Amino acid sequence: MDPIALHYDVSGTDFTCAGEASGKIKKALKELGFPTSITRNVAIAVYEGEINMVIHGGGGVIDAEITPECISITLTDQGPGIPDVSLAMQEGYSTAPDNVRQLGFGAGMGLPNIKKYTDEMVIETEVGKGTTIKLKVFVK
Amino acid sequence: MKISEIKNILEADLICGEEFLSNEIFTACGSDMMSDVLAYVKEQAMLLSGLVNPQVVRTAEMMDMKCIVFVRGKQPDADIIELAKERDIVLLRTQFEMFTSCGLLYKNGLKGGCGR
Repeated sequence: MDPIALHYDVSGTDFTCAGEASGKIKKALKELGFPTSITRNVAIAVYEGEINMVIHGGGGVIDAEITPECISITLTDQGPGIPDVSLAMQEGYSTAPDNVRQLGFGAGMGLPNIKKYTDEMVIETEVGKGTTIKLKVFVK
Repeated sequence: MKISEIKNILEADLICGEEFLSNEIFTACGSDMMSDVLAYVKEQAMLLSGLVNPQVVRTAEMMDMKCIVFVRGKQPDADIIELAKERDIVLLRTQFEMFTSCGLLYKNGLKGGCGR
């Protein structure tokens, strides 16, 4: 099969809609017949990324490329960038404001969770320019 | 444990999802931090939370969770209920606090797990 490409815009202001794109990607993978563990891992990773995009990145875009062997996701924002990626990857480290914590996020688990549920994770970030996170989940 | 038994043990009100009350739940996770929930993957799990916003339903959706219990009598609004209906997720509401709710379910045989 030819790779299937999906594209979603993520609002940077509407927290209630955060997760729309992740849900649609999950639904698409389910309909394509991928196993539950794969659809769930992709959904969780993309959802954490989408939440980060809304909290920190001022919104952005999510692109998915799906083949029978691999699901590749690219999350791109034009936000403030991540000054210290290794610090951001530590469980419990968070720069999220208090109002985000009241919404159930900002525990410093976002990036560690993304890594946990994916086979490959590459972060390209530049302070003042934005962040791109590239993820791969292989279908074994 | 069937969702209907969970409803009885927690003396909970059914908010939506009556048609799924006979579905089985194997494990439960109680948290107000959605990122902690997202670190916890188990088959046929349910979520107990004192947090009421659409992200609770979306978190359950990503995790394939079949049921959410809102503790301390928290009432979700119409948008949250609609979101759950569209995703075939049962919503329950109990007056018990989080600790008591988890304790009652655990005592009656529902197990938790560790997030790793």
